[in-house]
Amino acid sequence: MTASSAPPPPTARGKAHPLRIVMAKVGLDGHDRGVKVVARALRDAGYEVVYTGLRQTPEMVVEAALQEDAQVIGLSLHSGAHMTLFPAVVEELRKRDATDIVVFGGGIIPDEDIAELKKLGVAELFTPGTPLKDIVEWLRGRFPETAAAPAP
Amino acid sequence: MTAPRDLAAEFRAGNVRGLARAITLVEQRDPSVRHLLESLGDLVRPPRVLGLTGAPGTGKSTLVDNMVELLRSRDQAVGVIAVDPNSPYTGGAILGDRIRMQRHALDSRVYIRSMGARGHLGGLSVATREAIRLMGAFGFEWVLLETVGVGQSELEVAAIADTTLVVLNPGLGDGVQMIKAGIMEIADVFVVNKADLPGAQKTVQEVRSMLSMGPRLAWRPPIVSAVAVKGEGTEEVIEAVERHRQFQASSGEAIQRAEARLKDEAADLVGEWARAEARRLLDTEPGLAARLIRDRIPYSAAEEILTRQGRRLVPEAARTDP
Amino acid sequence: MRVRYHRDAAGEAPESWDSEYEATPMRDDGIETATLSGMDVKMLYTSRDVEARPEELSGQYPYTRGIHKTGYRGRLWTMRQFSGFATAAETNRRYKYLLASGQTGLSVAFDMPTLMGQDSDAPTSRGEIGHCGVAIDSLADMETLFEGIPLAEVSTSMTINSPAAVLFCMYLAVAEKQGVPFTNVNGTLQNDILKEFIAQKEYIFPPEPSMRLVVDSIEYCTAEVPRYNPVSISGYHIREAGSTAAQELAFTLADGFAYVDACIERGMAVDDFAPRLSFFFDAHIDFFEEIAKFRAARRIWARHMRERYGARDERSWKLRFHTQTAGVSLTAQQPQLNIARTALEALAAVLGGTQSLHTNAMDEVLALPTDKAAQVALRTQQMIAYETGVANTVDPLGGSYFMENLTDRMEEEAEAYFERIDSLGGVIPAIEAAFMQREIADAAFRHQQEVEQKRRLVVGVNEFMSDQDDELEILRIPLGLEQEQVQRLHEVRRSRDEARANRALERIREAAANPNQNLMPLILDAVRASCTEGEIMGAMVDVFGLYTEKAII
Repeated sequence: MTASSAPPPPTARGKAHPLRIVMAKVGLDGHDRGVKVVARALRDAGYEVVYTGLRQTPEMVVEAALQEDAQVIGLSLHSGAHMTLFPAVVEELRKRDATDIVVFGGGIIPDEDIAELKKLGVAELFTPGTPLKDIVEWLRGRFPETAAAPAP
Repeated sequence: MTAPRDLAAEFRAGNVRGLARAITLVEQRDPSVRHLLESLGDLVRPPRVLGLTGAPGTGKSTLVDNMVELLRSRDQAVGVIAVDPNSPYTGGAILGDRIRMQRHALDSRVYIRSMGARGHLGGLSVATREAIRLMGAFGFEWVLLETVGVGQSELEVAAIADTTLVVLNPGLGDGVQMIKAGIMEIADVFVVNKADLPGAQKTVQEVRSMLSMGPRLAWRPPIVSAVAVKGEGTEEVIEAVERHRQFQASSGEAIQRAEARLKDEAADLVGEWARAEARRLLDTEPGLAARLIRDRIPYSAAEEILTRQGRRLVPEAARTDP
Repeated sequence: MRVRYHRDAAGEAPESWDSEYEATPMRDDGIETATLSGMDVKMLYTSRDVEARPEELSGQYPYTRGIHKTGYRGRLWTMRQFSGFATAAETNRRYKYLLASGQTGLSVAFDMPTLMGQDSDAPTSRGEIGHCGVAIDSLADMETLFEGIPLAEVSTSMTINSPAAVLFCMYLAVAEKQGVPFTNVNGTLQNDILKEFIAQKEYIFPPEPSMRLVVDSIEYCTAEVPRYNPVSISGYHIREAGSTAAQELAFTLADGFAYVDACIERGMAVDDFAPRLSFFFDAHIDFFEEIAKFRAARRIWARHMRERYGARDERSWKLRFHTQTAGVSLTAQQPQLNIARTALEALAAVLGGTQSLHTNAMDEVLALPTDKAAQVALRTQQMIAYETGVANTVDPLGGSYFMENLTDRMEEEAEAYFERIDSLGGVIPAIEAAFMQREIADAAFRHQQEVEQKRRLVVGVNEFMSDQDDELEILRIPLGLEQEQVQRLHEVRRSRDEARANRALERIREAAANPNQNLMPLILDAVRASCTEGEIMGAMVDVFGLYTEKAII
């Protein structure tokens, strides 16, 4: 039995394929409003978002990223534990020989910590009030060769 | 993109990233995946493929989670492919099925891959078949393929799976679900999940009566009740699957199906390759395009492409000549 | 969009008013005129916009205007600032400071591991200790927390949910040690597990056993700790997760009704427990909508309690609530502006008749508040109470055409939601179908889009930005705190009677497996035996299992 479907719309054609992003809430906190809003915006921008949910450990996030062949990991945290948990994800990527995976984060993160986290290997941090289009623009800039629909 | 040779090396080394990247190649319909698969030839051992389909919200993910748990307890290595649709407008998708399988997150003998049904020509099936082949080569003995029952996806699942399980819930507009085109024909096992809800028995009876009204088949699909959130019914589901496997083996259906599927796959691949290359030729050969436009209907152009272009319809990256 | 709407009883438009209105240019800045929740707002409200109804008075059913006749003339609202961070000793210090500054009730914030029922030495507690609240592992920590604070005189609210029963028993054990009889213990336990499944996601066990524990605690308090409010049915978290005001109202009250149903099913008489059910709402920045929400809440609760549940004690009809100003409205940019936002939100809560109020400090977007910021937040309430005069009359906005119209509409929307939840089979089936969660996620996304498209302005964020931002002093949790807490924990385990502790845990496991047994007395015993929170919760997890949510995006 053969199955066929209509040709895909123009945005999905050709060499460019959607960027794959694993989004996760690391640590114990359950405030998922932000991560969900960002996930939707990234989907609307044409990316494939694998949402791994709440209470992820660094090991779980990295394992998911490896299995899903994701290029990016997006972390969300609102409990103040970012200085422990974000670097732990970067460290786990190093252990698994996957430092090519780009990590970005969002949540309640004071400015001083942003500089420190970037030094430790987190590529970018988005604090409360960041417009969604800024996040999409940053990803487009970082991964120009992947397809993404124009911003809404 | 990692060269196929290096990818094969990672693969053979048991590096999960090698498998993941190979599956990406397959999703991207990169024709060089042929070389990877051929170089892995000796490893390729087809896994047992179980397809699960059903309306959204029927509890498929939870059931899959329980099945993985049970198979693991029998020391089986299990792969899961969870398919979610991509937006037809933006091409993006949110793939959230992993969430239901947290307890296997760090088990190296469980591999979970989310796939957006990206609407490639040939749909879900072509990429998924190759992904399954890769998972088998990597050492997974079972692959559970889970999709949402929208559009044509049930038929696509049935085309790939050894055993297709259709998951229903009690009281979900009962008769209506059955009637949905093709469901009755494709199901090898029916699972009535959330069987602790009122109307469960009624649903089982309805399925039974619809089956009896249909054509007499050699395999009578069992109807299994389960309450996946409580972990109930999983053994019975696997048992039904096992009985189906025995039936297929003893009746020769297994071989028949496998051969039919391989033929379908070859035909699909011909269609996919030919289409892509035909398009490329039409875009790059001015003479060909000019003749098509002058004709205003496509038949001569199609015939010309197929008869004259022949070999050129195999994508460059897939060819084996030097 | 121009609406032709001013009509008199005969359906005729008063000529001159309408024609002048049509001729006047309107502001053309693309900014939404509907409320934050999307409720339409007309340019002018008149008597035609209000349903004729019998005069409503304060302290009179259905209590739209307030549950007490005398309002704040009789008694001001409780100024209850939520706080807690780092260790019990640090927090004890902060509590004494706040009490001395004039705060009239205590409110405890716990850290993430404590909120999630884990001990400080659990592997998943690493990095999380003391950040968003105080770390409490055992009775010893609770004693330190309230050292020198007389529980007979100070009422304490504890913000904790899944492990609420455990922390509450610790509090009772401290009262016991202070010689305070349980009948004199005063305060509120949040203990609202349904909203965890819906919004805050600090659940541990699945819904059924979680409800059982809540009912156990209500049953226990009704009998043993009658002045304590065993549940604070919350809308705050639902709102903060992105819901509209009507959703906050509807889902909160629906949760409340679900608890009432569960207690009645347990065999309790409604008037025995309903008077002690309390509520907790958000005070967001859209001023009038919030006040309408509070008024509608009182009216809806009273009607359902009297007419649907047949409650006869008027205390069962009276909805009492605590309010917190909206954390989600605070900005990291130009944080000093948050002081003004909080003041306006606090004013809405007061005009809405709240019984108790927490005002956010300006730096709370980024971290726990410093002493200075916390004090300013408290002073804001004091200014409202003593300088503005708004507390001198009950429900001052009652009778306003706009306010009455908005209150009615709020009520209608809430009732429509009740119907939808009922059609799904009730609150728990609706939660399991992710109905509320989806509504919330959709509303959150809509709001974000409005902000991105500048149809709503957030000063300092998408308009009126400032190049130089204020330097904020962030409160940091001192290094070495985790190790200290863990050491204290290990000391507790070392010095207790291990056999007694194990027996207590075993008894909890047995009782948990028996749905007819109330777990509270056994948890209290375990607490007295110096069992840790993690151990007690662990014993219950052994029986109840863990819950994974059905996530929708």
